[in-house]
Amino acid sequence: MIRSQVLICGGTGCTSSGSKVLMSAFADEIEKQGLSEEIKIVQTGCFGLCALGPVVIVYPDGTFYSRVEEKDVAEIVEEHLLKGRVVERLVYNDVDDAKKEEIAGSVNVSLNDTKFYKAQQRVALRNCGVIDPENIDEYIAMDGYAALGKVLTEMTPEDVIKCVLDSGLRGRGGGGFPTGKKWSFTAAQPKGQKYVVCNADEGDPGAFMDRSVLEGDPHCVVEAMTICGYATGASEGYIYVRAEYPIAVKRLKIAIEQAKEYGLLGKNIFDSGFDFDLHIRLGAGAFVCGEETALMTSIEGNRGEPRPRPPYPAIKGLFGKPTTENNVETFANIPQIILKGAEWFASMGTEKSKGTKVFALGGKINNTGLVEIPMGTTLREIIYDIGGGIPNGKKFKAAQTGGPSGGCIPASLIDTEIDYDNLTSIGCMMGSGGLIVMDEDTCMVDIAKFFLNFTVDESCGKCSPCRIGTMRMKEILEKITSGQGTLEDIDKLEELAAYIKANSLCGLGQTAPNPVLATLRFFRDEYIAHVVDKKCPAGVCKALLTYKIDPEKCKGCTLCARNCPVGAISGKVKEAHTIDTSKCIKCGVCMDNCKFDAISRS
Amino acid sequence: MKSLAELQAIKDKMKDKVVLREGTGEIRVVVGMATCGIAAGARPVLNAFVEGVNKENLSDKVTVSQTGCIGICQYEPVVEVFEAGKEKVTYVKMNAEKAAQVIESHLKNGNVIEKYTIGANQ
Repeated sequence: MIRSQVLICGGTGCTSSGSKVLMSAFADEIEKQGLSEEIKIVQTGCFGLCALGPVVIVYPDGTFYSRVEEKDVAEIVEEHLLKGRVVERLVYNDVDDAKKEEIAGSVNVSLNDTKFYKAQQRVALRNCGVIDPENIDEYIAMDGYAALGKVLTEMTPEDVIKCVLDSGLRGRGGGGFPTGKKWSFTAAQPKGQKYVVCNADEGDPGAFMDRSVLEGDPHCVVEAMTICGYATGASEGYIYVRAEYPIAVKRLKIAIEQAKEYGLLGKNIFDSGFDFDLHIRLGAGAFVCGEETALMTSIEGNRGEPRPRPPYPAIKGLFGKPTTENNVETFANIPQIILKGAEWFASMGTEKSKGTKVFALGGKINNTGLVEIPMGTTLREIIYDIGGGIPNGKKFKAAQTGGPSGGCIPASLIDTEIDYDNLTSIGCMMGSGGLIVMDEDTCMVDIAKFFLNFTVDESCGKCSPCRIGTMRMKEILEKITSGQGTLEDIDKLEELAAYIKANSLCGLGQTAPNPVLATLRFFRDEYIAHVVDKKCPAGVCKALLTYKIDPEKCKGCTLCARNCPVGAISGKVKEAHTIDTSKCIKCGVCMDNCKFDAISRS
Repeated sequence: MKSLAELQAIKDKMKDKVVLREGTGEIRVVVGMATCGIAAGARPVLNAFVEGVNKENLSDKVTVSQTGCIGICQYEPVVEVFEAGKEKVTYVKMNAEKAAQVIESHLKNGNVIEKYTIGANQ
C-alpha cells in the first residue's frame, strides 16, 4: 500500500543542479527507515521552476521543497515521511503572493469584472473555459449541434454558403480569404468525392489559440466541419493537428467518438440522407505543413512540400479531389454564424473585417494569455487595457504579429485599429494571431534575425529562392549584428527580400522576408546604428557591446577578475581594474558580480 | 441522432446541469484543464476538489468538472465557482491546499475567500 509519493524533478535543469544524487539518497534513506512498501519515488519532468531546483514534491499533501541538497534528504525522510512533520525551512514560499494577499482589500472576485475580460467578446472561444470538453452533452447544452440540425433540416447548401458569405467571415489562419467564397468554389465543382480539411498545424512561435479551441471546445470544430461538408458536397473530412498537442488530439478523438455515438457523424445525420465522417492526421512538426498544399501532401502520406497553385485546392486538392481547407478558428465561428445569422456576425468588426479575432498575447506584457476582441480594436487597448501594460514600467517599443510571416507595429502606430486591411497597409499581417509585445530592451535587428533563423530552419528546400535566399539574408543579418555590416548590406537585404517574395513557391517563402522588411521600414535607424556606429541601441547584440570599469567606483575587490571566464580583467588588489576588450567575450559575468556598480555596458 | 427533438431533449436535460437553476443552492466548480492549466498544476487542484467534495458529503449540492483554457493563462490554475443567481467567483493561482480552504469556507459556508480571487491577484 503506497501512502505517499515523493516526486523528484528529473528535468534538465534539476538534473544539472543535482537531482540524480537525490534520487538514490531518497531510495537509501527510505529503505533504511523501512518505508519502501509505503513510499514511492517518482521521477518527473520539469515543473518550470528550474531556478529553485532541485525540486522535490511530497504527495498527497503536495509539499513543495526547493533547492534540496543531499544532506537534507535524511531529515525529509525522517521528519516528513516517517513522522509527518513538514520540514519548514526547505519549503518554497512565494513571498510576492503572500504580500498581495495582505494588501487585498475589497476586491472583485469574478473574472467577468476584470478589465482583461470586459473588453473581450467571445465567439470562437465562447465555450473555452466554460464547458467540459470531454462531455458532448455539455456542448449540446450550450446550443451545440443545433446549427448542424438547422442546416440539415431547414437549409439548402446554397443557403449555408450565402449565410457564411454574407457574414463577411474571412480566413483566420492569416490569409484572410473570404470563407464563403472558398466554400462556393468547392461547391461549384461537379458532384463526386470532395473533402473538408481543418488546418490545426499551428506553427507560429507564440501562437496557441487553435490549441485552446481544440482543447476547450473540440465539438465546435467537428460540428463546423460537418456543416462545411454539407455546404460543399463533401462526405469526408480530415483534421491535421500537430503531434505536439497531445491533449488537443486526445479531446478531438473523444469528441469524434461521442459524435459518432450520437449519430452526429456518420450515415444519414438528422435523417437528412447526408453522410459525413472525420479522420485525424498528426503532423510531425514541420512549419511548412501549415501551408495548405503542403498540408494536403502530408495527409496523403508524402513528404510535406508545397506545390504550385493554381490549381487551387477547391479544384484539385486532397487526393486530387476538390477540397475546402479552413483554419480551426475559422471553423469555430461557423456554428454561431448559422445560429445567430449573418447580420449578427457582420455587425461586429470593421467595414471589411467582420467578427472577432483571437490573439495569443505574449512577450513583455503583464497579462499573457488568450484574448478575443472585435476587429477594429486598437493595439493600445489590447496592450494597456486588456494586457495590463508592460512589466517593470518599461516603454512599449513594438508588437510583432503574424509570426515569421508577419511584421511589426511600432509604438508610433499604437492607435492602429487592428483588422486585415489596416495591418496589410502598414506592411504587417494579421497572421494566425500570435501577438508578441516587445519593450525598449528588444533589438529589432535581433528579432528579424530570430525569425529568419526560424524560416531558414523550416524552409522545406523545394524552391531555391526560399532555400538559398533566406539563408543569404540570415548571413547578412549575422554580419550586421556582429558589427561587420556595411550600408550596402542593407540595400542587398532589401533586394534579396523583393526577389524572395516574388519568386518563392509558397506562402512560407513569399512571406519569409517580412520581418526584415517591417523592421527596416520602422526601425531603419537601428540597422544604421549597427552598421555605421557599430552600436546596438538596445544593448542586445553582444559583439557590439563594450564593458567598462569606472576607476572611480572600482574598489579593487578582484571579484570581477576572479569570475571572468577568459581572464580579460586585470588589476592589483585595492586598485582600479581594467578590461582587455580584445579578450572580452561580453558575457556580462563581471557586471553581474560587481558589488559597487562600477562596471557599465554600452 | 435522427431529429431536432432528440437534440432538444439532450439540451433540456443538460441545461439544468450546466446552467444552474436558481434557488436550489446548487454549485458548480469548474477547473481549467487545458495545457496551460495542467502545466501550472491544475491536476492536483481538480483532485483536491473531487476528493474534498466527496469527503465533506457535498456531492448532492456541488458538481466538479473540468474545462478548457479561459484565456488568463498566467493566473492558472484557475477555478471558477458558479452558483445560481450569483455572480461567478474566479479563483486564481490555486493549489490543493487553497482548494481545501475554498471547500471549507466557500462551498460549505458560503464565504468567498477574496484573497484568492482574481481581483486580489492583479
